[in-house]
Amino acid sequence: MASATSEPDALVQDAVVPDAAAGAQHLAPTVVRSVKILVVGAYGVGKTTLIGAVSEIPILSTEETITTASVGVDPRLGAKSTTTVAMDFGRVTVGGETALYLFGTPGQRRFWDLWVGLADGAVGVLLLVDTRRLEDSFEVLDQLEEHTQLPVAVVVNEFPGAPAHAAEDVLRALDLPLDTPLVSGDLRGRAQAVEALRALVAHAVRLRSAESSAA
Amino acid sequence: MPVQKPVQKPTDGYHDHPVRSYVLTGGRAHPTRNTLRPETLLCAVDDGRELPLGAGRHERALLETCRGTLSLAELAAYLRLPASLVAVLVSDLIDAGYLAVRSGGAHDLPGIDLLEEVLDGLRNF
Repeated sequence: MASATSEPDALVQDAVVPDAAAGAQHLAPTVVRSVKILVVGAYGVGKTTLIGAVSEIPILSTEETITTASVGVDPRLGAKSTTTVAMDFGRVTVGGETALYLFGTPGQRRFWDLWVGLADGAVGVLLLVDTRRLEDSFEVLDQLEEHTQLPVAVVVNEFPGAPAHAAEDVLRALDLPLDTPLVSGDLRGRAQAVEALRALVAHAVRLRSAESSAA
Repeated sequence: MPVQKPVQKPTDGYHDHPVRSYVLTGGRAHPTRNTLRPETLLCAVDDGRELPLGAGRHERALLETCRGTLSLAELAAYLRLPASLVAVLVSDLIDAGYLAVRSGGAHDLPGIDLLEEVLDGLRNF
C-alpha cells in the first residue's frame, strides 16, 4: 500500500498528472470505433506537418525508452544506456462514428515494435519521401515489405528547390508497383494532406476488393 | 466479517512514487490482454464505484482522464507515461471493471465496409 512517507521522488509526476484530465480532448459520444494509418518516413521529411494539417486535436506525443547494453563502453560509465523514441500522432473523426488516428512512426521498423500492436490492423501506410533524399526511404521500404502487407501510398513533400520528378520515376526509384498512389504537394496545406489520406484509403479499398473477388 | 468488494490484486504492490515502470506495474512488463493497440478506444465505467484505497495515483489519473472516450495512445500522451506501461494499467482496470473498451475488439484488419465509410468521411472534408 502507498505509505504515508514523504515523496521526494514525486517531482515530475506531481506536476503533470493533475493536468492530464483537464487537458484531455475526448471523442464525441457518437464515436464507436477507430482505425489508423501509419505515417512513415525519414527524419525531417514532414510526418508531423502532415498529421498536424488534418488533426482535430493538437499533435500529441508518446515516448518509449529503449535500454541497450552498450558495447565497448568503459564499464565505469555504466553498462546500459537508454534512448527515448517518440511518436507523434493526431486524430480526426470521420463520418461521425469513426476515429481515424494518424501515427507518425519512426522510419525504422525496429522502433515500431516499441508500441505493441502499432502495425496490426492498420488501414495502410503513407510513405513520405523527400525527392532530394530518396535513398533515405529505402530502409523504411525494405522493412515494410519484409514485415507487413499493408497498402502503401507515397507522398512527396515538395520542398522548395527540390527537383520535380514524374510520379512513375519516383515509384521506379523506390521499387514500388506502378499502381501505387502518389500524391505530391505542400503538406502544410490541409487539402493536400486530406488528398493523401483519401488516395491511401481508396487504394486499400481497391486492394481489398481485388482480394475478395480473387478468393 | 464485512463483505469486501474484490480488491484489485495487481495494485497491491504499488508504490506511489514515479519510479521505474516495472514497479508501477507490480513487476509485470506485459498487460493481461493482448488485444490492446494504440488506437483502442477506452472509456471509464460510470457506475459510481470508487477505486480501492490501494490503487495508485496513475490509475486514478488514468480513470479521471478517461471520463470521455480516448484511445490508449492519447491516454499515454496526456499522462506522460509510456504506452507500454499504460497498457498494463488499462488491462488491470478493465479486468477489475473500472474501464471499458469502447471500440470493437481488435480484429485483424478493417473490413471493406469500414474502409469505404472512412473514404466517404474523408471526401466530405
